[in-house]
Amino acid sequence: MNAAFLVDREDNPAREVSHDPGAPVLDVRDMRVAYGATVVLDGISFSLRTGEHVAVIGPNGAGKSTLFKAIAGVEKPCAGQVRIGGHDPSGHICIAYIPQRSMIDWSFPVTVRDVVMMGRFGRMGWLRHASRADHARVDESLNLVGMTALADRRIYALSGGEQQRMFIARALAQEAELMLMDEVLAGCDAPSQRDIHAVLEKLRERNVTIMVSTHDMDEASSRYDRVLLLNREIIGFGSVEDVFKPALLRRAYGHHLHVLPSADGVMVLSDTCCGGGVEPE
Amino acid sequence: MMQNLWAYIVEPLQYAFMVRGILASVLVGVVCGLVGVFVVLRGMAFFGDALAHSVLPGVAVGYWVGHGARGPLFWWALATAVMVALGIGGISKGGRLKEDTAIGIIFAGMFALGIAIISMGRSYSVDLVHFLFGDVLGVSWNDLALTASFSFVVMLVLFLFYKEFLVVSFDETLARTLRLPHRVLYYVLLVLMAVTIVVAMQTVGVALMLAMLVTPPATAYLWARRLPSMMILSALIGALSGVLGLYVSYYAGMASGAAIVLVCTALFGISFLFTRMKPNAKTLGTEK
Repeated sequence: MNAAFLVDREDNPAREVSHDPGAPVLDVRDMRVAYGATVVLDGISFSLRTGEHVAVIGPNGAGKSTLFKAIAGVEKPCAGQVRIGGHDPSGHICIAYIPQRSMIDWSFPVTVRDVVMMGRFGRMGWLRHASRADHARVDESLNLVGMTALADRRIYALSGGEQQRMFIARALAQEAELMLMDEVLAGCDAPSQRDIHAVLEKLRERNVTIMVSTHDMDEASSRYDRVLLLNREIIGFGSVEDVFKPALLRRAYGHHLHVLPSADGVMVLSDTCCGGGVEPE
Repeated sequence: MMQNLWAYIVEPLQYAFMVRGILASVLVGVVCGLVGVFVVLRGMAFFGDALAHSVLPGVAVGYWVGHGARGPLFWWALATAVMVALGIGGISKGGRLKEDTAIGIIFAGMFALGIAIISMGRSYSVDLVHFLFGDVLGVSWNDLALTASFSFVVMLVLFLFYKEFLVVSFDETLARTLRLPHRVLYYVLLVLMAVTIVVAMQTVGVALMLAMLVTPPATAYLWARRLPSMMILSALIGALSGVLGLYVSYYAGMASGAAIVLVCTALFGISFLFTRMKPNAKTLGTEK
């Protein structure tokens, strides 16, 4: 909308703010987010190390999606701040938000390749069409998530796991360094979950920092470097051993979770707030 | 037989008003078909209908002020449509009422105001019919030039900002994380709708406008796989409906706006039956 779009892309490769060396990829300080009079998140402070995988757990309405949207710069916190590589998120296009599947109109007339290409739009600039480099980046992203064979398929014909891998490919095409995945495994069958886990492991090689919200306690306790337990505020943040403690879990979930102490730590029976990990929102 | 058909085709073309009418309906069909794709995909059909009806008081005041002159009506309609589009767009985001309720109140109120103003004039029923149902055979060369230039501007904006409109329509959150000005894009789309409605007003009238915005894109959706092909097909269907509709109107002595819309609807019906026979039948807007 200003003169910047007339500048040639090669002269202006980074439309986004650069990161400060040494600053954490994500640093949140005393953040509060409210919708009108309803405070959804309050006193949120934490920071992430580059390349780590963090599970975000908490009951329905705990503010997991809101946390992701505030980090992505889509929701504005009413107090506190979010820092991405030392800067305000508003200038960054290196944060990808992978939406819950229910937020997307799957009847939209686009193919998998079209959706992944959208990840490039932030870097193409105004009045420009996809270059050969953009196409190459899309092909590479599709290949990494194992979706090359499905590239020209309409999105309504994808399975749940394929839909999520498509969005991860889009985040890769966006060259995202921080990926926020909202319920990425919800409603996926076991083989689809395996495929998504394989993709997440590949992202480790690329040093992509990942936050995944989930209702699956088994998932949260087995595959992530750290776990963030959330219910309006941060109840616990640390290793699985630090967070999966009966007192903390009860504080977050109240009676919606059955927790049994067992010989080797804690046994969580179920997060009863939603049927089998499918959030009814 | 072929000669007969040819005679049927050229006969109406001896009248300059028919030629102008056909040119106008082709332009309107194309521009409505293109903008309508976004109306359909974003679920803004009700908004489009409301916007079309809300133009009426502006036109009526213009008619009143100009003592019945047709020339300035385009500009009165344009100013009203843009104002209402931006007004409803602002109100419906984050208001105290649900979006469709807010639109409904403004829509009905504006429409009543338009009818009230027109009803105080002398040739009430004739004028009202023209505004409501269009008067494509009354299109002047001047009207045609205006229609053509504004259609061109709408098409140019759609073409230049195609990828931004695509991403903001498919996934607004992505548009926001890519730091695209999603609010500006939304309002530009509303203004494009407003201009399209004004351009189409003389051809189909406000009452049947919705059909031109919704039916050709919905028909195209049934056949197309991707957005670009849906847009091209929708524009072609809109243009074809305009031409066929005018011929039907000429030979059957039928109101032109109604004839155009009926052809549109027939094309949709045929497409619906044909595409239902294909495997992988899909539905629009229900798989959310």
